[in-house]
Amino acid sequence: MSEAMVQILTLFHSGVVYGVIILFGALGEIITEKTGHLNLGVPGIMYLGGISGLMASFFYENNNPDANTAISIILAIVFAFIGSALGGLIYAFLTISLRANQNVTGLALTIFGSGFANFFGGMLNSMSGGVGQISVATASNGFRAYISAIAGNDTKDPLYAIFGYGWLAYVAIALAVILYFVLNKTRVGLSLRAVGEDPATADAAGINVTKYKYFGICIGAGISGMGGLYYTMDYIKGTWANDGTIEALGWLAVALVIFTTWKPLNAIWGAILFGICYWSYLYIPGLDRSSSEIFKMLPYLFTLAVLIVVSLRKKRETQPPAHLGLPYFREER
Amino acid sequence: MDTNLAVEMRKVTKTFGSVVANENVDMQLRKGEILSLLGENGSGKTTLMNMLSGIYFPDSGQILIDGKPVTIASPKDAFKFGIGMIHQHFKLIDVFTATENIVLGLEDNKKFDLEAASKKVLEIAEKYGFQINPKQKIYEMSVSQKQTVEIIKTLYRGAQILILDEPTAVLTPQETEKLFAVMKKMRADGKSIIIITHKLNEVMEISDRVAVLRKGQYIATVNTSETNPQALTDMMVGRATVLDINRPEPVNPEPRLVVENLTCVDEEGVKRLDNVSFTAYSGEILGIAGVAGSGQRELLEAVAGLYPVKSGTIVYSSDYKNSKSLVGLDPLSIRKMGVTMSFVPEDRLGMGLVGTMGMTGNMMIRSWRKGKSFFLDRKSPDKLAQKIKEELEVVTPDVNYPVRRLSGGNVQKVLVGREIAAAPSVLMTAYAVRGLDINTSYTIYNLLTAQKEKGVAVVYVGEDLDVILALCDRVMVLCGGQVSGIVDARTTTKEEIGLLMTQFRREGAKENE
Repeated sequence: MSEAMVQILTLFHSGVVYGVIILFGALGEIITEKTGHLNLGVPGIMYLGGISGLMASFFYENNNPDANTAISIILAIVFAFIGSALGGLIYAFLTISLRANQNVTGLALTIFGSGFANFFGGMLNSMSGGVGQISVATASNGFRAYISAIAGNDTKDPLYAIFGYGWLAYVAIALAVILYFVLNKTRVGLSLRAVGEDPATADAAGINVTKYKYFGICIGAGISGMGGLYYTMDYIKGTWANDGTIEALGWLAVALVIFTTWKPLNAIWGAILFGICYWSYLYIPGLDRSSSEIFKMLPYLFTLAVLIVVSLRKKRETQPPAHLGLPYFREER
Repeated sequence: MDTNLAVEMRKVTKTFGSVVANENVDMQLRKGEILSLLGENGSGKTTLMNMLSGIYFPDSGQILIDGKPVTIASPKDAFKFGIGMIHQHFKLIDVFTATENIVLGLEDNKKFDLEAASKKVLEIAEKYGFQINPKQKIYEMSVSQKQTVEIIKTLYRGAQILILDEPTAVLTPQETEKLFAVMKKMRADGKSIIIITHKLNEVMEISDRVAVLRKGQYIATVNTSETNPQALTDMMVGRATVLDINRPEPVNPEPRLVVENLTCVDEEGVKRLDNVSFTAYSGEILGIAGVAGSGQRELLEAVAGLYPVKSGTIVYSSDYKNSKSLVGLDPLSIRKMGVTMSFVPEDRLGMGLVGTMGMTGNMMIRSWRKGKSFFLDRKSPDKLAQKIKEELEVVTPDVNYPVRRLSGGNVQKVLVGREIAAAPSVLMTAYAVRGLDINTSYTIYNLLTAQKEKGVAVVYVGEDLDVILALCDRVMVLCGGQVSGIVDARTTTKEEIGLLMTQFRREGAKENE
């Protein structure tokens, strides 16, 4: 196999890994935005998901020498979901019930989530004796298990580029397909989209707008949080690193939602494309530290390009939900 | 008891604050008939129907469906009783298809199947003679198609009683014909229909009986076959009431604003103003009457430079020698020439005032350009605000209190007061007294008359015909964007204006409508 081919395969592999983190974030945000709420708290929610899952597994495994893999994984997932859904609940309460500004609330949630996660991440570090000493090996290995019979361990094998990921990656892709189905083929999806498009009309049609918004935002946040969990458990192998990567990927998730024009199926390939763009600087010869940063801009440039194209085409299907970012009062007309 | 009644409303009363929208209104709808609900703007037709469709809840009175007393607390309840209302403003989601909109919010414990729903939609359409593509998106539809979706939506939910709120206001004559054909088929199928309208020719054509409301009061219900437009107009506008408004004769009237063949087209290509010609003279009040949406707003905005003019001329002359065309000028230059406008729209704050600012701030919106120094001049707007507050008795704790929090009447006083303070030579006001109590209304009438005596050309767009007849010198009547007549307010009658408003006398207008 040629050297170039190997490089492409490894780039693809690392692109997919980052892509999965972005994909989780974006899928959650798609649900949130379909209810008409722009949640800029995605990075913070991903932080919350990451730290909650890590802490659950950490305390379980540290207190049980014979930790059970399945239990540790379930604990991690459940707490990651609850932790990030609670973040979503704060946002939902502020923006739905108190009608606070959505952008400000979202940004505040990002700052809060990052501070919260790094505080407890630091705490875990000191409890386990130093930076990088946290170990949730049982859970992490469980998350990182892949179908080695097919994929093998050879990173140069094309099969490894397809099957060589922790199983959460496939969950993310399945989730995108499920989300597409729910949004477009079910009554719940129709009502949810109606709420985001025109809450007054949905209200008049007998849909409980507030309920849909709360559930949409909390479930969306829970799914976004899985991105953080995948990062801590799979990518950095079950430890804590406060280098800001989650935040960077969280913003990419927000950008990806626009890039996909709010369509879950587009998010699958879009996320992988974003992941590949993120790492492409490693594979382009002759870059120094400063010029490599330029390549990290690529996902955002793509998003800008999509925005320009979409705005020029003026097709209604590719526009954001009509009521995105606006509060809804029943009495106000 | 008459078992033949689909709906009976007994002594229904609804008030909004101090405004009585409906007072002891009785109404009966028989099964399988088309009932016209006739009345001027603000006569309480829509309020009455909103109580039937669950949007408002009556203060007192009783509603009976099929002879049984019922409580309708929400639109859902209304559906339960088989009542469906088609509002003037459609409640549809643009990016959804017709079928998606029709089934939205419907819980029928069946499998969610859009294909089956589409089929059922087509069946309904075929039965009553609608033309609809169930898979078409709403934003690709014409207004008439959207209305079709709304009607089918109510039929799909099994409505037996349909209420159409001014359904023809947005339709072309051909589309109206089609709608009427559909309505007749629905009647033949045993549905009961109420149509709210103020177009007399439509009342005569489509309805079996006519119920007339005037100023929130129930007047009478008559069989269409036994009445005529003249009798209906009399019932609708009532006997002229004498208002004691001081009306001096115009002094030295000279043309101020000459509008000729003005035609304006909106974004959707519909003619909002059609060949409008008139002259506003200095020292007189020109009243503009017409049912809502006849082009009043567009006319004022076109003169003020806020609405695009397709063809025609608007010439402003400060005296006989200086004339200048206003078409194509920006609003600021038009304003500088002394043409001002105060438009009181439904939401009051929508045009002209900034809700979160106080009176002083709102005065400054007009005055800051006059300032010479780098800093804003706060003193003179503050003085002006104080003056308006005292002269017009604006009830506000402080001139810096946000106008958004003031009552509607006080907001209007601020708006009108500020426009008058600009010392205009043409003053245009629309609905200046809407929602105001009698005393405040008289304050504003006197202000307008004072302006007239100063030699200002006043254009007064109003709703209450009694006021227009007592306040104005001449009255121009608009109907469907056309001028259906300009009459002398001192000699004309309410009936004449009422007929002009519904274009009854204009045979020629029907064809090119």
